[in-house]
Amino acid sequence: MRSRLQPATFHATTRRELLLGSGVLFAWAFVPRLARAEGRDPRFLTIVLRGALDGLAAVAPVGDPDWVKLRGNNALTLEGQKPGLPLDGFFALNPAMPNVHRLYQEGHATIVHAAATPYRERSHFDGQDVLESGLPRPGAVDTGWLNRALAGLEPSPDAIARGRKAFAVGPITPLVVRGTAPVLSWTPPRLPPVSEETMLRVLDLYRHTDPTFAQVLEEGLGLAAIVEAGGIAESKPNAPRIQGGGIEQVRAYFTEAAGAAAKFLAAPEGPRIGALAFDGWDTHVNEGAVNGRLASLLGALDGAIAAIKANMGDAWNETVVTLVTEFGRTARINGNEGTDHGTATVALIAGGALKGGRVIADWPGVKEADLYEKRDLKPTTDLRAVLKGLLHDHLRVDESALTADIFPGSDAIAPMTGLLA
Amino acid sequence: MTLDPRGAALALHRFGFGSRPGTIAAIASDPRGALLADLEAPNAGQIVNTNLPTSGAEIRTGFEFNAARLAQANQERRRKEAAQAAAAENPGAGNSMAAEDKPPAAPAQPNAVPPQRQIFLDEARARIGAANDADIGFVERLVWFWSNHFCVSADGTAAAGAYEREAIRPYVLGRFADMLLAAEGHPAMLRYLDNWQSIGPASIIGINNKRGLNENLAREILELHTLGVRTVYTQADVTTFAKVLTGWTFLPTQTNPEHGGEFVFNPRMHEPGEQTLMGKTYPSGGVQQGRSVFDDLARNPATARHVSTKLARHFIADEPPPALVDRLAERFLETDGDLKEVAKSLVTAPEAWAPERAKIKRPGEWLVATRRAAGRVNPNIEGMTNQQALLGEPLWRPSAPKGFSDDNAAWLGGLNLRLQAANLFAQVVAGDVEPQELVDVALGPLAAQETRQAVARAETKVQALTLLVMAPEFQRR
Repeated sequence: MRSRLQPATFHATTRRELLLGSGVLFAWAFVPRLARAEGRDPRFLTIVLRGALDGLAAVAPVGDPDWVKLRGNNALTLEGQKPGLPLDGFFALNPAMPNVHRLYQEGHATIVHAAATPYRERSHFDGQDVLESGLPRPGAVDTGWLNRALAGLEPSPDAIARGRKAFAVGPITPLVVRGTAPVLSWTPPRLPPVSEETMLRVLDLYRHTDPTFAQVLEEGLGLAAIVEAGGIAESKPNAPRIQGGGIEQVRAYFTEAAGAAAKFLAAPEGPRIGALAFDGWDTHVNEGAVNGRLASLLGALDGAIAAIKANMGDAWNETVVTLVTEFGRTARINGNEGTDHGTATVALIAGGALKGGRVIADWPGVKEADLYEKRDLKPTTDLRAVLKGLLHDHLRVDESALTADIFPGSDAIAPMTGLLA
Repeated sequence: MTLDPRGAALALHRFGFGSRPGTIAAIASDPRGALLADLEAPNAGQIVNTNLPTSGAEIRTGFEFNAARLAQANQERRRKEAAQAAAAENPGAGNSMAAEDKPPAAPAQPNAVPPQRQIFLDEARARIGAANDADIGFVERLVWFWSNHFCVSADGTAAAGAYEREAIRPYVLGRFADMLLAAEGHPAMLRYLDNWQSIGPASIIGINNKRGLNENLAREILELHTLGVRTVYTQADVTTFAKVLTGWTFLPTQTNPEHGGEFVFNPRMHEPGEQTLMGKTYPSGGVQQGRSVFDDLARNPATARHVSTKLARHFIADEPPPALVDRLAERFLETDGDLKEVAKSLVTAPEAWAPERAKIKRPGEWLVATRRAAGRVNPNIEGMTNQQALLGEPLWRPSAPKGFSDDNAAWLGGLNLRLQAANLFAQVVAGDVEPQELVDVALGPLAAQETRQAVARAETKVQALTLLVMAPEFQRR
């Protein structure tokens, strides 16, 4: 049998030609067409904070008379050595987040408080499943709402109508972007590069033996081409891998991953929709909201948001970044100066496309009687309303698709309006 | 005697760590029988003939190193402060001050590699060596599976490797109940999921210090290790179980240089009184109260179903055949959780031999398979652990207590990174192997015609080897 792999033509093919030929490099075709028709080119990035962020520690209700009673010495206030950064008179932002505070003052950041998904149990993994799948119950589907939202975005006529639509940063793809619309993944390169010829041959082998593998690899190589063209990451062969532990490493990883995501989204031929996940928010012990571990993590997150803004360049003005977590934590401090799994928390939105500078909250209060099951901040805003509002107003995702396909079972949850400038 | 080399190669890749030179032929007469025999091998699943320390010794070593380093840093800081103060009082001392700024002549420098790192590498060498050297590696695959099921993180303890040797390996072909008790009572787990400092509110220490419960471990045991999420327990059961487990802790390293870091039940932390969990009342009884709960959890049908589903998902398919899950769960219950019997049930089930290779190997498993195919002895452990981390599966460092995912979707995106790791591996071994022979060693009858051709027509040996270990037949279980 004659092989379909033909060395003669293979040698003549460059990676760029191959990618063009297969329609990959410029196949970021599924851009928000309706938005484009309006002369916009919107970018949308979702960051999943895994482990359940303590919303009360990130954005404290300093104007609530019961607040200090609830948290005692652990309560963030407007006084002390590290006072909270005032937002609207009632809420204050954790002092580890000066960049977010500046964005808030510029109208480029919005905080939604006492928000929650429809999930009311306290399993991280089920909570993340509901958060990322967009369904009211865990374990229902193995696709994410962001991937399904892409189905509502028609291929734009000026691009080749094939290929991947969303992308993910990191070696493990978050559920929120998994689904029928294929997903690109990108991880900072840390190994010696592979010869172009070898890449092409592996790809050719996959095309003949394993279509799933072929598609994944093809798209990965397409991203690599953008990386090279845009100088996204300096290749540091065998640079030490970031492995938990030191906060400086965490900070570097957050900044590198978020900054790279922004460069991809900003690139003219880059993807428009992406997701990444940051772990480590499960603060059962010595939470350290003002001076300890959580403050450091929030500081790393603040740096990541600053890197996004810097790397977005002019595209920042067409950008929305949402930061969401599976649920909040107990309102009170537990037996180990930490907090256990809870319910409502904050969602943070940043981007130049926002009408920001606001804390959106139907504040439930933190008296014991006002707490959910007498232990957690009570949810008063459904996170799906926020996400539906952003998808609709920013990307022009069809309203009926929002309820039918993207957040099924959310008929009663109207998209929140007025989030965008 | 009929030979089944295809079944042999499938057995090696699906249930073992891939083939080594000669292994396909060695088990071709009876692949299934070879897997069953793997379960009966002497010391199956154990690390023998090592000088690895106990978990307690590893924890104390780490603690002592950190304490000594802190002392050194403090001493250094005080010396500098004193020098600065002296300089401020005596500003004319120009040149002598510069001399003061030099580091002290020969500080008590701890060795360059922190002992925690050395312990990690020694433990990794034992683990990866066992997988690399095994004839088939079925029992080692089971060890890796259970270690991930009951995962801890090396970020919080120096004893992640010892944990696997002490809490997982001795029971991998024993009773689930015994593994459960060993895992949950192990200091590495008690630290990882915070139970070591969970205090019963009505206990002596709870009353005197106003400290309280931490429900992290109790929740993850029910959700991840035994019954499974959304099954037969409630939030109230989680809190009650957390009370039952108060007092399960370890001796402090600060004050106990001989036994710090070893398990102890501390009655002064333990919530007194009987507790009612999932409708059953457990009388007060200190550590025995928790043991009784563990016994019941291990026998619960929800546990049997949960772990059977995970096993079938690991080896066979993301959505495993229900008949297979039923078969495993039934065997689990009728043998009181005998994990050897469950493993036998797995490899004798017809569903387990489906020709479709639905699962992608996880990064660590794939890296070992590449070294085995090339017949490597003593592979470079530091390089392998670095690459495993780069590919998203840092050894003993899962990002959450759920462990590393066993869904294909989580790993597909990492294929282009695997290509880089494959290329590096190929560069290292290209001088020692003949790629076309390696196709038969590594895949035998599983090799697709296209793969054979791609390897045969490669420009270089490096390229040929890269193609071989990247081939779907090699990437899939």
